[in-house]
Amino acid sequence: MRAEKAASQQTPSREHALGLLRQMLLIRRFEEKAAELYQVGMIRGFLHLYIGEEAVGVGAMQALGTDDAIVATYRDHGHALARGIPAGVLMAEMFGKANGCSRGRGGSMHFFDVSRRFYGGYAIVGGGLPIAVGLSLADKMRGVERVTACFFGEGAVSEGEFHESLNLAALWKLPVLFLCENNLYAMGTALSIAQAETEIAIQARSHRITAETVDGMDVLTVEAATKRAAEAVGRGEGPQFVEFQTYRFRGHSMADPELYRTKEEVEEWKKRDPIVLFRRKLEEWEMLTDPDFTQIEGSIDAEIGEAVACAEDGEWEPVEDLMKDVMVRP
Amino acid sequence: MTRMTYREAVRSALREALSSDPTVFLMGEDVGRYGGAFAVSHGLLQDFGPERIRDAPLSESTFVGAGIGAALNGMRPIVEIMTVNFSLLAMDQILNNLATLRYMSGGQMSMPLVVRMATGGGRQLGAQHSHSLEVWYAHIPGIRVLAPATVADAKGMLLAALREPDPVFIFEHATLYPVEDEIDETAGPADIQHAAARRAGRDITIVTYGGSLPKAMTAAEELAKDGIAAEVIDLRTLRPLDTAAVLESLAKTHRVVVVDEGWRTCSLSAEISARIMEEGFDDLDAPAARVCSAEVPMPYAKHLEEAALPQVAGIVASVRSIL
Repeated sequence: MRAEKAASQQTPSREHALGLLRQMLLIRRFEEKAAELYQVGMIRGFLHLYIGEEAVGVGAMQALGTDDAIVATYRDHGHALARGIPAGVLMAEMFGKANGCSRGRGGSMHFFDVSRRFYGGYAIVGGGLPIAVGLSLADKMRGVERVTACFFGEGAVSEGEFHESLNLAALWKLPVLFLCENNLYAMGTALSIAQAETEIAIQARSHRITAETVDGMDVLTVEAATKRAAEAVGRGEGPQFVEFQTYRFRGHSMADPELYRTKEEVEEWKKRDPIVLFRRKLEEWEMLTDPDFTQIEGSIDAEIGEAVACAEDGEWEPVEDLMKDVMVRP
Repeated sequence: MTRMTYREAVRSALREALSSDPTVFLMGEDVGRYGGAFAVSHGLLQDFGPERIRDAPLSESTFVGAGIGAALNGMRPIVEIMTVNFSLLAMDQILNNLATLRYMSGGQMSMPLVVRMATGGGRQLGAQHSHSLEVWYAHIPGIRVLAPATVADAKGMLLAALREPDPVFIFEHATLYPVEDEIDETAGPADIQHAAARRAGRDITIVTYGGSLPKAMTAAEELAKDGIAAEVIDLRTLRPLDTAAVLESLAKTHRVVVVDEGWRTCSLSAEISARIMEEGFDDLDAPAARVCSAEVPMPYAKHLEEAALPQVAGIVASVRSIL
């Protein structure tokens, strides 16, 4: 069935395809740089890398409009970049600088850009789902036709808020898109030792939500599935659910010794690296040559360089502002 | 002036808000068809319909979170939680999101959400429906916490809460719902910055709030029979605390008893005592005293529950002990 869907995909335009490739590569290089800066102590706290999962954020975001709302998780670099938040303000946020997207109050796990309707990175697993339900409830009550897209990992399925939120969204037929990034591990706990029902789409369907499971390593498959789901939401069919089967190539965070999975398993998944797969496909379609790729890499390197400079040049928020913005009216 | 109950005063405020602002809606368990667990929203469903008087499933965490999301996206939700003990199921959304998102996003978000809930003991409902956990919320930066103790405040403070750009929690002591009083129905939003002196006196200050106010007032009357003039301060707003009002009264009376239905350890009464130590030490002629709930889960049996809660006799005795 999955093969049929892949076959039915139309070949994208070269411009669109190169855009997807560039975005995935930007996320990859951005995070590689972040990991490097973490090792030398320029970035502190927790750093959760999205490497391996880029096709999900990039493909899904392509299917959403600028007026749609995004709710993400603590592994939010990919979503933020794919949403179009400049790499510089994201890097500055990880440096803790005042020119960061959350003024240095959030860090890696808490990127926000309300001007782009990016409602943030939530670091309590499952905690973003009720927020997404509320955002979509407001749209429905106000008669505004747009979608709220909520990203979360398969670990969230174990949280009560997951089931409460799916039920409420289905009950009230809310325009919300549940996008599950199933990378098989909630930190170090495999889905198979956390859930009796490991087919996540079945759990979604038990709440009477239409759910589809797709290959999360193929950016075009992700884009097409998200588009189908977003269109169904747009037609007033209520919430939709898509599970993307994906894998993170790095540890849960930088502190992860990865005792819970084998090197062989990781290597097996790396054969399905979404960037390598897509590059190969573009070459088959004769949309990409080696010089093209080198040129894309060059422009990304320059962008990352500028992002780091933006972070380095940023000011620290004055300590006198410590108490600012706890409330609008303190 | 109109005579009404505390319950009707809350309802009157809800009705006014729903009528004047199309973005206001009420969401919670049994607010619609049942008419509210404490009958506060009785009749509103008929007038405003199920979209705006929105019955929610037993999913406290998610309907509070949905209130946050709706408040972020142009609505003015009022979330009703049946009792404070149930609100613990929503603590993740309240602390990790509602109180936090504005600061954590560098000031990008504001959440004009009002959360109302019943609190307190005295109705033999046992240990899962009767606690006074206001202080758990008053501990949290990022939210405002109100405890209306009078019929006028039940209405006026809710109307005021709906004008705040930030999250506001309103604790309605369940024993107050049937209390009646004459109020000016057209008074509009009440002040929510300041405590109020409910009774003037020169001999001692009794500081209290919420469901303990009627008990403190009765205690003051009893003390007056013996020529002791107690000043009763109703805190009204528990966060931010109006410390100045407490200190001002203390400067006059030099003695203070704090009456707080919460458990004594780490309570609001502890916070008020600490502030008096820090800022009013020189005005004290005796140590600040406290009357709190016994540190037990609330018992069901009437005589035990009465013994567990602050009572008039205990307040009177506490006052006498430091005079």
